[in-house]
Amino acid sequence: MLCLGIEGTAHTFGIGIVDSRGKVLANASRTYVPAKGGIHPRDAAQFHAANARAVLDEALKVAKIGIEDINLMAFSGGPGIGPCLRTAATAARALASWLNVPIISVNHCVAHVEIGRLTEGARDPVTLYVSGGNTQVIAFDAGRYRVFGETLDIPVGNCLDVFAREVGIPHPGGPNVERLAREGKRYIPLPYVVKGMDLSFSGLMTEAVRKHRAGANLRDLCYSLQETAFAALVEVTERAVAHTEKKEVMLTGGVAANKRLREMLRFMAKEHGAKFYVPPMELCADNGPMIGWTGILAYKHGVRHKLDDTVVKQRQRTDEIDIPWRSG
Amino acid sequence: MLMKKGAEANLYLMPFARVLHRAGEGKVVVKHRISKRYRIPEIDRQLRESRTALESKLFSDAKRAGVPTPIIYEVDRIGMRIVMEFIEGRQVKLVLDKLGQKARRKLCELMGRQVARLHRAGIVHGDLTTSNMILTREGKVYFVDFGLGEYSPSLEARGVDLHLLKRALQSIHFRVTEEAYRAVLSGYQREFGKGAGEVVKRAEEIGRRGRYVPKEERAWH
Repeated sequence: MLCLGIEGTAHTFGIGIVDSRGKVLANASRTYVPAKGGIHPRDAAQFHAANARAVLDEALKVAKIGIEDINLMAFSGGPGIGPCLRTAATAARALASWLNVPIISVNHCVAHVEIGRLTEGARDPVTLYVSGGNTQVIAFDAGRYRVFGETLDIPVGNCLDVFAREVGIPHPGGPNVERLAREGKRYIPLPYVVKGMDLSFSGLMTEAVRKHRAGANLRDLCYSLQETAFAALVEVTERAVAHTEKKEVMLTGGVAANKRLREMLRFMAKEHGAKFYVPPMELCADNGPMIGWTGILAYKHGVRHKLDDTVVKQRQRTDEIDIPWRSG
Repeated sequence: MLMKKGAEANLYLMPFARVLHRAGEGKVVVKHRISKRYRIPEIDRQLRESRTALESKLFSDAKRAGVPTPIIYEVDRIGMRIVMEFIEGRQVKLVLDKLGQKARRKLCELMGRQVARLHRAGIVHGDLTTSNMILTREGKVYFVDFGLGEYSPSLEARGVDLHLLKRALQSIHFRVTEEAYRAVLSGYQREFGKGAGEVVKRAEEIGRRGRYVPKEERAWH
């Protein structure tokens, strides 16, 4: 069985082709980069619509198959930016109807975990999923992926990106902050917010910007911002590891590219005798294969969606989704 | 002797004479907030110090509000240790299911009353489970861990407290959850007085949400 997965929750429009044994035949994508500021929902959706055909053609070409070889359609049903979600869903519905194949709506966050489990061979990890749109600590328990901690306001990737933009660091914000942070030496105290199991980054971002305007050294500031934000992320992940007593830790999402965050999590995992996994970057960032693979898992375990079930959900929660392909 | 290894701190049971004064008798509990190598020393020190100080203050303010807590003998903000009284008794977790119905109701009402006292004093516990409560021979219930506690007057935080206690009852004491939680609420309402109904209602609402942060408070969603 070949599944075509369409990802379109935010700035990436991706198409992946995956077979039922988990082999990724193609991973094609285009990413919308705003001329200035953050993602403009309508512009991003128009970008997706304009690029959908090219991405599809590229995926089919790389996979060396024809569109008629596809047996299953999957798409990112949420959470995400409404216009982007609707564009991806429309493409998926159109293809499914035309090919007359089943269609599966996939939760974006669950898909991030599943593609990591596939490629890394992790069986039951505590996952820290960090990107520009999401920040969650996820672990499987009693039939669903439970959220053991999450941001109460902005995602950590957004915190880094907005800070970069506000202080004039060029795109891409996150990687440039990381580069500058490596040259920072002096720690500038910034607000560290962990509330129970949850996190908050908006005050941290505001304060870092304010410190910059007050004349603080930019390299020191980048260093302090990263250290503060990441320490909070690792602490909440550690609590989930201690609570669940799971022996695997996985890092995924766009911010997984950050070497310092990887190093900190690796330390923590080691202290708990847990294995540490990071999927390859092209599968940590938003991608089509993760949607396709999760679609296959769902379909093989009896999940069926009618067209009526394919309405997108901007605020769909990770812990709303039944996971019949995992036991316990 | 190591009693418990937590994510944040280790608990040791030690002779009083060894830790504090050689003339002393009995045992003390030493809560040591451990250093984490994954974070830089500046952050590590700041967090451990402020949390050690906050928890000691919560212990003594809770006691002042009428909730039995261990006596704090020493707060060491360099070694990041709290030395406290060892409470002799049994974890409520281990006895609740074994009690007769009447005794259980009394115990749960007492737990509820004590939670209400904390809330009225502006404290939320943050981690109400029956393993954090010690029942003594005199029938007192000691709250022995304020590691996730904070000062907050918010309805939401109070609701979360009650909800977490209910969840603990559901997961560990599933045979008696209903009657136990009913007794907790009855004690809570009697002690808290006016406004208790609002907290109980919020706790129910939090239960329905699946997780305890309202969507309208998430800026991104």
